[in-house]
Amino acid sequence: MSSELSSIIESLLFTSESALSTDRICELLHEFERDEIKTALSGLAGYHQARGGGFELIEVAGGWQFRTRPAFHSYITRHIKTRASKFSQSALETLAIIAYRQPITRAEVEHLRGVDCGGILKSLLEKHLVRILGKKDIPGRPLIYGTSKEFLEIFGLKDLKSLPTLREIQALDEPPRYERQEELQLEPAKAIPVENDLPFE
Amino acid sequence: MSVGAHGHHEEHLPLLDGFHEQYSVHLDKFDGPMDLLLHLIKKNELDICDISIAVITRQYLEFIRLMKDLNLEVAGDFLVMAATLLQIKSRQLLPVDDQDDPETEESDPRDELVRRLQDYQQYKEAGMVIGARALLGREVFSRTASEPVLAAAQNMEGPLEVSLFELVDAFRLLLQRIPAESFHDVAPGDSLSIADCINEILSLLQEQDTVQFDDLTRDECTRERVIVTFLAILELCRLKLVRIFQVSGHGSIWFVPAVAADPLEV
Repeated sequence: MSSELSSIIESLLFTSESALSTDRICELLHEFERDEIKTALSGLAGYHQARGGGFELIEVAGGWQFRTRPAFHSYITRHIKTRASKFSQSALETLAIIAYRQPITRAEVEHLRGVDCGGILKSLLEKHLVRILGKKDIPGRPLIYGTSKEFLEIFGLKDLKSLPTLREIQALDEPPRYERQEELQLEPAKAIPVENDLPFE
Repeated sequence: MSVGAHGHHEEHLPLLDGFHEQYSVHLDKFDGPMDLLLHLIKKNELDICDISIAVITRQYLEFIRLMKDLNLEVAGDFLVMAATLLQIKSRQLLPVDDQDDPETEESDPRDELVRRLQDYQQYKEAGMVIGARALLGREVFSRTASEPVLAAAQNMEGPLEVSLFELVDAFRLLLQRIPAESFHDVAPGDSLSIADCINEILSLLQEQDTVQFDDLTRDECTRERVIVTFLAILELCRLKLVRIFQVSGHGSIWFVPAVAADPLEV
């Protein structure tokens, strides 16, 4: 943490309003080696973790960002007005199905849930948590859906692979509902093709 | 981020007002037939792989009877499941015919339902696990711009992705702004073609670096004009001749000529 590079990176992250990817940091700090930067980043993250302060440095949606610790949210919300409300069970179920099964059509989501999901899907689209990936090449050309970058940002996920695998979830007898779910380390799960199959290609 | 606003819980609320307390508790709890089935299995302490269809079906139908006069759409989803349960029960009652295809006879009529229930249970739990995470904007906060205006101004420089959904939504908003057409107009001599419109946009882009979607349709705000412009832009996008940016969530959509080397960002 003592090196100048760490301090430079820290200053970059401090002033940045959105998460900075490792690539972007390397681009900005072209006078340093990529490996040095990576080491400095994990060093910084470790330093803030060990410091136990009000915020920490975490990797989210492919970038690095300072975020407050969840434990202090009740104090922060006294100062910052937040419009965010809790997700309903239907919304979470639908999100989970899309996150794990993407690319997926509305009909497939509805088959799994056994109930109409049109309203929920529309609302998830409006919140930018879900996006349209394109159309499926089957009769009727239904739209296919996947999760967005905002989904990773809001749920504090590094990437889709850092979602707990379904097998791990099954192993939990009683899923913890009210405490923070620690990020689970997992083997490289099935790669979910999300990028590059855009509707205009 | 309130996603629940259109969820089923809210949809039920107005319907529940006139009902007995005990019913509303039930209805608020279940997110569809699968959820109800899982609840019944758990309540009766059954093994999900070895369900007693008779017990479950009886309780399930009792529940349907309670909600019969409620929302038809919801009841519809529940009725499909009731029919499935009854079909499974009737298939169980039929004697097994050894002469038939051995492959199909082997399978338990409950298998497909069990598989669906297990899948559903998995995703329901996955939803809870995801929902238990600390959410940005609720439990966790990041640094944000002090002034929203400042953020908007800074965003002007950087490209922002526009999804197809947003593009279509902007198009829909634009169509809403168009005054209702009168149907006794004399048809104009020459109608606008997409090719003309593409040329128009391209020549505009040569004069100025950026063009706003609204600008393109300002002079002549007819339904035809808007549709042709929209199609022209989609075509230009496909040909990788323009890049599309949006300033903020509901801001105007801008077009910038694509630099040959740049990949298209839409």
